[in-house]
Amino acid sequence: MQDNPKVSGSLRKRLVLTLIGGAALLAFLLFLAVRNFAVQVAQQGQDNILFASASSMLDAASLRDGVVEVDLPYSAFAMLTTPADDRVFYAIYEDGTFLSGYDDLPFFGSLDDDRPRYRTAQMRGATVRQISAHRTLIGANRRINLQIVLAQTQDALSETLDRIFRTAALLGVSFFALAAAMSLWVTSSTMGQLNRLTTSVTRRGPQDLSPFRNPVPQEMAPLVKSLNSLMGRLDHSLSQSEDFIAEAAHRVRTPLATVRSYAEATLQRVDKEENREAMRSMIKAIDESSRTAGQLLDHAMITFRADQMERREFDLVELLRELVLQLAPIAEMKDLALNLHGAPSVPYAGDPILIQNAVRNLIDNAMKYGPAESAVDITVTAGPPVRITVCDEGPGFPADEIDRLTTRFARGQNAEGKVGSGLGLTIAQDVAGAHGGSIELSNREEGGACVTLLL
Amino acid sequence: MRYLVAVILALLALPLAAQDWEDRQVFGAGDAAVTLRIVSSTDTDLFAPLIEGFVSANPDIAIEYLVTNTSDIDKRFRATPEAFDVAISSAMDLQLKLTNDGYAATLEGVTHPAWAQWRQSLFAFTSEPAAIVVNRAAFEGLAIPRTRQELIEILRAHPDRFRGRVGTYDVRQSGLGYLFATQDARASETFWRLMEIMGGLDVALYCCSGDMIDDLIAGRIAVAYNVLGSYAEARVAGDGPLDIILPSDFRTTMMRTALVSGDSPRPEAAERFVRALIAYTPEGAAAGGGRSLPPLAVEDPGADRATIPLGPALMTFLDALKRDKFLEEWENAVVQD
Ligand SMILES: Nc1ncnc2c1ncn2[C@@H]1O[C@H](COP(=O)(O)OP(=O)(O)OP(=O)(O)O)[C@@H](O)[C@H]1O
Ligand SMILES: [Mg+2]
Repeated sequence: MQDNPKVSGSLRKRLVLTLIGGAALLAFLLFLAVRNFAVQVAQQGQDNILFASASSMLDAASLRDGVVEVDLPYSAFAMLTTPADDRVFYAIYEDGTFLSGYDDLPFFGSLDDDRPRYRTAQMRGATVRQISAHRTLIGANRRINLQIVLAQTQDALSETLDRIFRTAALLGVSFFALAAAMSLWVTSSTMGQLNRLTTSVTRRGPQDLSPFRNPVPQEMAPLVKSLNSLMGRLDHSLSQSEDFIAEAAHRVRTPLATVRSYAEATLQRVDKEENREAMRSMIKAIDESSRTAGQLLDHAMITFRADQMERREFDLVELLRELVLQLAPIAEMKDLALNLHGAPSVPYAGDPILIQNAVRNLIDNAMKYGPAESAVDITVTAGPPVRITVCDEGPGFPADEIDRLTTRFARGQNAEGKVGSGLGLTIAQDVAGAHGGSIELSNREEGGACVTLLL
Repeated sequence: MRYLVAVILALLALPLAAQDWEDRQVFGAGDAAVTLRIVSSTDTDLFAPLIEGFVSANPDIAIEYLVTNTSDIDKRFRATPEAFDVAISSAMDLQLKLTNDGYAATLEGVTHPAWAQWRQSLFAFTSEPAAIVVNRAAFEGLAIPRTRQELIEILRAHPDRFRGRVGTYDVRQSGLGYLFATQDARASETFWRLMEIMGGLDVALYCCSGDMIDDLIAGRIAVAYNVLGSYAEARVAGDGPLDIILPSDFRTTMMRTALVSGDSPRPEAAERFVRALIAYTPEGAAAGGGRSLPPLAVEDPGADRATIPLGPALMTFLDALKRDKFLEEWENAVVQD
């Protein structure tokens, strides 16, 4: 019954891994995007300042009497002040001829258009950002092209970028942490729905095959639907087999009873001793079959009820009293006394039909194997565990067989000539097992067999 | 043998070297492990207390102190940066350009306010305002001028009294003079008017603050413009014949700066020396007994704009074209033949 399902993979793991992996990827992309954007913006900022500075230098140039004058504004360099004290280099060329500044800083722009050119290059052991810009000065009889190259190291820029990278990294990590936490939460709340369904299936009573009515998420509706339909079919087939057992019992017992009554009637009319003997054997065989059929059906019924066991509160003493009353006529025929001992009331939660069946088998044995004109003692003691003991004053169990008498169809040597199927103790044991208890067989020292049901 | 040759060479070189410099002096024990070569524009007697303090605290270091003018420091340093360990100069612009051009070593972990250092390589350690210094005797019966404008008015009112008796830096020779002049010109037009007046009075031009103060004390000139107040104060304790005026219209304050040569053969000792300079405090100045340099202003000068900021803008007037233009203008104003 406790068959463990084959497990392959885990939904929870798959969900968590996908979500967290996605979050990590997104966080990394976010970091890259912020970083690239920051680099662009920062570089753009430096370029803008370089452009402003170079423009103000070009603006300060003029032609006087055909000679170039560049009156560098103080602000041109002042605006290049940075917190990291970046180094500044510049060069001024007139039609490609070096005028002033740093002659190791060549013009790299294009004279075809007025757009300034930018580049990043190595200069004097440092990475510098350079701008090349030019301007045509028109004098009375001269045209002169003035070119300016300006370079600035990138210490402040890289400090800023470092700060931004750290912030971006922090952003990425927090984004990831948040996303990871959220994916864990989402996963466990999704799995929670499944778990809830699982618990509600597990918690169901053994005979509860009614459909699930609790609301479930849309995605789980098909599962619940098939579960409900499966249970519907199960319920149907169970009630069918119950009906089948009852039907079979009826169909086997009734004809046997008919045959027996015919055989008995025939026995009355037969005079020849050997024919009478044959008739008696026949009746015995019929009794035997009838008994076996009855016990088999009882056993089947008990197996079925035990599987679907439904406990309910009842008083054991009252149950046994009723049973004793039922059996009293049979006992009287053998001049047997059925004595019920113990507390006036022992409440118990279990299946009364099963327990009654088990004890009936025990009393039945006591009457069958015990001698006539003796007493059968039935004792109930409150538990836990609750004990029901049935003792007789007969010869007791055959000592060498006592261990195997509870197995199916097992009969002792002392059962020779007594009608039986070997299922009585098996039924009693199954009933005890279904109630979480056991059965104990023993022989009394003063003689007689004792069977105890521990519930 | 090699030792002998070295000694002879050194002996031969000594007088030569001495001739090369305005002053040359060695401080510290003869058996010191290292001898730092420091090139400086500061007169030895002003700097001596500081150096003596350093060598007594660091007996393993001796110091060869070489004095020359600021332009010369720049020239020599660029030519042979490995020949010097530390350069100290009052010409902030030249020092900054040296640093910008990569001649200075970066000193890690020096805590110095941002406005007083550049790239952890160039460190300011004094604040010295430019002053108008007058010989009180020459101003008999006249109010002592408090501003440039007042000076202009007095000079204009008494041309005969002051003809040939005004002095200032020859900005063509003196790096500090050029720095002061360019900063003044940036600050106000008054500078040019003053230069024109002084030019009209046959201004005497000087290479150095020291000479100007000599002539002031001797009474050869009555007023000197843009003298280092620190030098004047050092020369005349208390009530000498001189009045030192820090003009109240605007001030120009220079910070003396030091840098360790990027090619210094003795970088550790050089760094120790510069760190000691930076640690130079008002208390240390007082201990020097008056004849010493003023320490660095404690407060950020950003607000008053008097102190010339250490920054790339200082390179503006060092541009060859800009310099030519400025000198031309200056000559037009001052040198009136
Ligand atoms: N009270 C008893 N005294 C002596 N022997 C007993 C007693 N009860 C049971 N036994 C022995 O145990 C065997 C198994 O008993 P069990 O009740 O299972 O089968 P059964 O009585 O033979 O058949 P039935 O299925 O009709 O009860 C009996 O055949 C008998 O040998
Ligand atoms: Mg039996």
